[in-house]
Amino acid sequence: MLAYAIRRVGLSLLILIVVMTAMYGMVFLVPGDPASLALGPRATPELKEALRERMGLDQPILTQIFLFFGNVLQGDLGTDVWSKRPVLDQILEVFPNTLILGSVALGWALVLGVLLGCAAVVWRDTVVDRLLGVLSVSVISVPSFVIAIYALIVFAVWLNWLPAIGAGEAGDLGSQARALVLPAFALGLGWVGYLARLIRASMLEVMEAPHIRTARAFGMSERDIVFRHALRVAIVPTISVLAVGFGGILSSAVFVESVFSRPGIGTLITAAVEKRNYPVVMGTVLFMTAFYLMIVTAADLLIARLDPRVRDVLRG
Amino acid sequence: MGMTVVLEVQNLSVAYAMPGGALQAVRDVSLSVARGEVLGIMGESGCGKSTLAAAMINLLPPAARVGQGAVRLNGTDMLRLAPAAQRALRGRSVAMVFQDPMTAFNPVLTIGQQVADFVGAHDASLARPDRLAAMLDRVGIPDAARCLGRYPHELSGGMRQRVAIAAALLMQPDVLIADEPTTALDVTMEAQIIHLLRDLRTTFDGAIVIVTHHLGVIAELCDRVAVMYAGEVVEEGPVDAIFHDPQHPYTRALLACDPAVVDPASGRLPTIAGRLPDLTAPPPGCAFEPRCGMALAVCSQPVPRRVPAAGRSVLCHRGAE
Ligand SMILES: Nc1ncnc2c1ncn2[C@@H]1O[C@H](COP(=O)(O)OP(=O)(O)OP(=O)(O)O)[C@@H](O)[C@H]1O
Ligand code: SF4
Ligand SMILES: [Mg+2]
Repeated sequence: MLAYAIRRVGLSLLILIVVMTAMYGMVFLVPGDPASLALGPRATPELKEALRERMGLDQPILTQIFLFFGNVLQGDLGTDVWSKRPVLDQILEVFPNTLILGSVALGWALVLGVLLGCAAVVWRDTVVDRLLGVLSVSVISVPSFVIAIYALIVFAVWLNWLPAIGAGEAGDLGSQARALVLPAFALGLGWVGYLARLIRASMLEVMEAPHIRTARAFGMSERDIVFRHALRVAIVPTISVLAVGFGGILSSAVFVESVFSRPGIGTLITAAVEKRNYPVVMGTVLFMTAFYLMIVTAADLLIARLDPRVRDVLRG
Repeated sequence: MGMTVVLEVQNLSVAYAMPGGALQAVRDVSLSVARGEVLGIMGESGCGKSTLAAAMINLLPPAARVGQGAVRLNGTDMLRLAPAAQRALRGRSVAMVFQDPMTAFNPVLTIGQQVADFVGAHDASLARPDRLAAMLDRVGIPDAARCLGRYPHELSGGMRQRVAIAAALLMQPDVLIADEPTTALDVTMEAQIIHLLRDLRTTFDGAIVIVTHHLGVIAELCDRVAVMYAGEVVEEGPVDAIFHDPQHPYTRALLACDPAVVDPASGRLPTIAGRLPDLTAPPPGCAFEPRCGMALAVCSQPVPRRVPAAGRSVLCHRGAE
């Protein structure tokens, strides 16, 4: 298990290095010089030269990459071209907002998705199953920012039940929670449908297994079989989907955060892209990649823990 | 021995819905088992043994349709009970042990969790760890308390089959059905499980139905045997009587005195030249006719059921004339 964990983490680090190199290389591949792009057409050559120097662009490319890696290792993701603040500080300032939004969205989607998926299996081929199928497919096919816009219009503007923008007052948990409701709803809704379908499919496969017939032969109720025996088997493949899904949710968060003007990684990166603030864009992408790899690795290790067969293969 | 019939199969027909038409896997089968009795069901692969066994607990595959007939458990027809009432009987009145102990248990739950859920479905007091361990101990599982905390893949096939038998017996069912309980095991484990079942006969007072390919199992364990061919019971009666004086040509072929026909290593059924008829369109006469060395002209006509002696029955034209 330990050897597996080390291998898995090593692989993630390798991926991260490749991503970092590719990303750094990309800056030089896109036409135009980052400094001029950042400063715009009316900047003087002196200004540009000063910025190039500050960004380290006057060094040979290998030195640059080396410096970049060295800085990243020391936790320095670069400095904002405009505000001169360290990029990492800005990321860490808004990241909790995005993390909370993503977790709450995926969390409620998971709970409801699993329940609905199981319900579809308990009442399979009945009206309940078909209705859930139609609803799931409908919510999956609507992009989250569209849901965000409608949710904002209906619940914030017309009904005025919930705030339309922001992340709530600092220190006021109630207002923060209220500000979270609509974005988390918009972000998670599609996942409810997706997870319900996924759990249903995975579960129907498990329900064909001989061990389910054993449970039936002992007179266990269909509900107990679904929730106590089948779900434990069906949930294992779902975990890796959830990990990947968390990455997906964080990217959709970019749009949802914009709709609700909610501070977060999404708003940070959109603003940086608009202003061609390279260090911020690069730092954010790097940070999110690392975070994403961490989640996927953790999911793999969790699967290894949950499935005793995998656990033993890895141990042995 | 008191002769209370606990399980009675009456004129049962089961077919599988197939693209090419209904496959008649069980055709007009009638059987009964009394308390304390062990009934063996044998016949070559595909003759409908598992379908019949599954019908006895009404856990047929989704494609299966019961055409007619009844499965009476202590007089109640399982096939016509509401689902909840059927569940109340399964495990408690009729229990089943399946062929493959490798897949019969949930891979991600411990043996203890599963067995507790099985028996807890009826009686939570039976699910106490000490009672579970006592039962595992009774079927010869060493270190039973620790076994409860193990996952299925950590046990050998033989051990798992012991657990399955222990779980099935925990609720003292009236009928225990075992569908080829030893086929998936190697010869040594097979012998151990047969030994265990024979031991259990002395303490278990319910009826046992064993589906098997193994003549040794029939000889050692069973009081009566039903020989199936192409979905029908072609001969049925006390094991001794049938082994000494088989009446149906198919039974004779199975028991062919020539010991070379029975594989001496495994004691399994010999193979007989020819194949089962197409069960989507079984012939109106004797289904064994194309393979029978003693066929008569009348054999293409519907076959009468004969009673050559008390407690026996044969489905064959020979001797009926
Ligand atoms: N789920 C199913 N769907 C369709 N046909 C089936 C199904 N299960 C069994 N059959 C068919 O029904 C017939 C009887 O099968 P069954 O499994 O009852 O035989 P069996 O005597 O138990 O054979 P074996 O010794 O191989 O276990 C066979 O022709 C088989 O192909
Ligand atoms: S009925 Fe005729 S063909 Fe069939 S087993 Fe008897 S003798 Fe053979
Ligand atoms: Mg079978």
